[in-house]
Amino acid sequence: MKAKHQRLILALVALAALIGAALLAASALKDEAAYFYTPSDAKTKGVEPGKAIRLGGMVVKGSLHRAADGVTVRFDVTDNKATVPATFTGIAPDLFREGSGVVAEGAFDRSGTFVATNLLAKHDERYMPRELEGMTYNETTHEMGPEMGKEK
Amino acid sequence: MIAEAGLAALWLAAALALLQLALAWFGLVGGKDDLLSAMRPVAVAQGMLTAAAFLLLITLFVQSDMSVALVATNSHSMKPWLYKVAGTWGNHEGSMLLWVTVMGVAGAAVALFERALRRDTHMATLGAQAAISLGFYAFLLFASNPFARLDPAPPDGQGLNPLLQDPGLAFHPPTLYIGYVGLSVAFSFAVGALLTRRVDAAFAKAMRPWVLAAWIMLTLGITAGSYWAYYELGWGGWWFWDPVENASLMPWLAATALLHSATVLATRDALRAWTIMLAVVAFSMSMVGTFLVRSGILTSVHAFAVDPQRGTFILGLLALYIGGALALFGFRIGTVREGAQFELVSRETMLVVNNLLLTVILGLVLIGTLYPLMTEAFGHKVSVGPPYFDRIVGPITLVLVIAMAGGPLTRWRKDRAKAVGGRMLIPAIILLAAAIAVSALAWGRIGVLPFLGLIIAAAVAVGSVAPLWKRNLRRTPLFTWGMVIAHLGCAVSLAGMASDSAFTVEKLVAAKPGETISTAGWTLRFDRIVPVAGDNWTALQGDMTVWRGNGAPIAIHPQSRFFTNPPTTTTEAALLTRWNGQLYVVLGQEAERGRWQLRIWWKPFVTLIWLGGIMIALGGALALLGRERRGWMMKIRKRSALA
Amino acid sequence: MKRALIWLPLLLFLAFFGLFASGLLKPDNRIIASRLVGQPLPAFSLPAAASDRPALASAQFATGKPRLLNIFASWCIPCAAEAPQLMALKQAGVEIDAIAIRDARPDVDRFLARYGNPYTRIGLDARSAVQMALGSSGVPETFVIDGKGKIVHQHVGDIREDDVAGILKILRDAR
Repeated sequence: MKAKHQRLILALVALAALIGAALLAASALKDEAAYFYTPSDAKTKGVEPGKAIRLGGMVVKGSLHRAADGVTVRFDVTDNKATVPATFTGIAPDLFREGSGVVAEGAFDRSGTFVATNLLAKHDERYMPRELEGMTYNETTHEMGPEMGKEK
Repeated sequence: MIAEAGLAALWLAAALALLQLALAWFGLVGGKDDLLSAMRPVAVAQGMLTAAAFLLLITLFVQSDMSVALVATNSHSMKPWLYKVAGTWGNHEGSMLLWVTVMGVAGAAVALFERALRRDTHMATLGAQAAISLGFYAFLLFASNPFARLDPAPPDGQGLNPLLQDPGLAFHPPTLYIGYVGLSVAFSFAVGALLTRRVDAAFAKAMRPWVLAAWIMLTLGITAGSYWAYYELGWGGWWFWDPVENASLMPWLAATALLHSATVLATRDALRAWTIMLAVVAFSMSMVGTFLVRSGILTSVHAFAVDPQRGTFILGLLALYIGGALALFGFRIGTVREGAQFELVSRETMLVVNNLLLTVILGLVLIGTLYPLMTEAFGHKVSVGPPYFDRIVGPITLVLVIAMAGGPLTRWRKDRAKAVGGRMLIPAIILLAAAIAVSALAWGRIGVLPFLGLIIAAAVAVGSVAPLWKRNLRRTPLFTWGMVIAHLGCAVSLAGMASDSAFTVEKLVAAKPGETISTAGWTLRFDRIVPVAGDNWTALQGDMTVWRGNGAPIAIHPQSRFFTNPPTTTTEAALLTRWNGQLYVVLGQEAERGRWQLRIWWKPFVTLIWLGGIMIALGGALALLGRERRGWMMKIRKRSALA
Repeated sequence: MKRALIWLPLLLFLAFFGLFASGLLKPDNRIIASRLVGQPLPAFSLPAAASDRPALASAQFATGKPRLLNIFASWCIPCAAEAPQLMALKQAGVEIDAIAIRDARPDVDRFLARYGNPYTRIGLDARSAVQMALGSSGVPETFVIDGKGKIVHQHVGDIREDDVAGILKILRDAR
């Protein structure tokens, strides 16, 4: 084989590898990228069960219950327009509590309950999940979000 | 006084960098090679000044001088001594000072120890190093002064993020930074070679040890960081594909590719343009990573305090240096002659495959990391997590590891496919045997990727050692040993990763003190919960006893720690290491009725992941030592021949 | 073909650069403005945070006179930096109430003894609950409350010397 042909083959292989990698990335991103939903997004747009998403909102006061096994918690997530039930099995972060903001990673099951595999509960002075910008929760009135106070 | 001295040292170092750049300019334009001797002391003095500034900042932290804003915001007088020191680089300003220190000291080292490079290229390299340093001096002095005073001084500081108060993490960032910033030397070499149009084997030989040194530190830093995340975050995972982690992985991928292509250039004088490109990309990835972490445009679990203004500054530096280097590449690379040719079946081809795969992985990690940013430009909020990276990086890595075993078994320039196949026969048999063994052991219980990982690790482990076959081991050069050990380390690490994802047993329960729990051959007795107190924290500690089968009972003490300054909770997992795996116990929150959440993992052979990482770094160190020793030997021989 | 390939890396970098720049140029997401500006204060009642100042409740704001509500903490350094400005406002006759975030009474006492105490009442918000309800995302922050208990202005970050005049003007206008 001539050197020139060999270089051509090498170049073609390289090109094929790059195109293959790009296609792989595109398909994986389509399947695996977890979109951020608020409860009302999830209700209006609809999320197919099993699709990995992030659900962000506030934990409704009075909705947090621990199951009999001691490690599963059930709670409702709200953005004040819609509320969805959620469960999480595992050790919840310290800042996760009623009335706190939460970003839950996981998927909806067939009954419409959000099964979280990971909870990010972060509201401290230095950090705020950017998806929850501007959301606030009133502990006395259980209202939250941008609309807070408008109903009054 | 100390803070002012530190600031003065920084200003002086910046002035010397300017002088160094000017000397390089006049030397190159005027063709005066002898200016190099004038540049050497300037570069060395600059390195010493940055080191002095850094030591002064450490002194301020150790003394808990709260009149310095940085100390007040990141330290606390009650903190243990070690973490006062570590607090120096556990924040933005301190870590940027560490950045310029490494850059200055690396520049001094290039001035002092580099002897193989042509004088004009050497001058251009030092000039380039000074030019990069200048930008970061400006960033430090104008946008993140670590020595700024606070008036009035507060009574005490705010404390260091407790997650960072850990002996492992205390020395992880410096290691990583030496690697990260050490790559600036490769970048400067590439710019120097482009400026003087000297891209050849001699250039690659001169550059290689510097790349190797940076790469060793980067490998160690990533390994340490992974272990830190594993035991400190308490999630049982060892890699989270977090933007901060990706920021350290991407330069490593580029540096690994560069290391191999530089070997091709040094040995066979091929892949000239490509090697230059990789040298530029490697340090560019370090800078992009820093930008992503420091600007806060990506959110991360390693939440640093962010400041968009600083982000803008770093972005400007990125544009200047990366854009400048790539433009120089575009203008100059056409004048670099084509390198040597090689046949399709040859080690060169295998190394091209290696480079191609590493570059593809790098690109995919970069895309995955930046994808949230891209979609946000179109109004969608997206996060890309482990599922994407695992699915994409996993399979390509397996192919890469197979190619890694094949490379050293293929001859330079030209080989016969049949002969290579023959040499791969034994690893292929091992692959088959491992496939049968693993299937018999765990068919149906493990996923495809872990399965492939295990059998490929076994085959590649054998294949990595194959280059030593039929060789006189005493006469085998040290750098061949280095390559073998590093490749073996990859196989070992892969085995650990595959074993962890294939065989880990996890149990999550809520238990009362007095209860016993059994999992994976271990029995755990939950004795009681006791409060304990440390220097600057209090904790709830679970006293537990574990034993395996009929073995002796061992006491373990997982904790949930509360730090007061700043108020934070951390998880201290209890780890029990055995030759064949680790037991990992986490104490969670109190459930109702006096029960406590416990999470127990048995992770077979998980430690191989980090053992492999250390082997990779060790292999690199041997290769570095081997090449350098050969250089010394030749010099000594030359000298004795002259005498 | 080859010429194009040489410039490809630079083009790719420029694309990334554009992406980074657009990411940075987005509206500054560190300063999270409260949606409560123009709304009445949410209802709250907090225990006293300092030994010599009374507790704080939202009902105490509708006094007919505009007031400041300062969110601070003894562990917060910018809060110490803005202390002289708060004292200056106090000298100018402004009534200032405060909420101490995630704090403890001895620490607050020490902080006030050291930096001065311009406050009329101080409430203790041990777990940031009221801070969140106010839509405040950090310390220090200062709210201007008008005489009817409505939030008219939010100042994020420490009050610098040049901010004092602006705040006084807002207080006058809120009358």
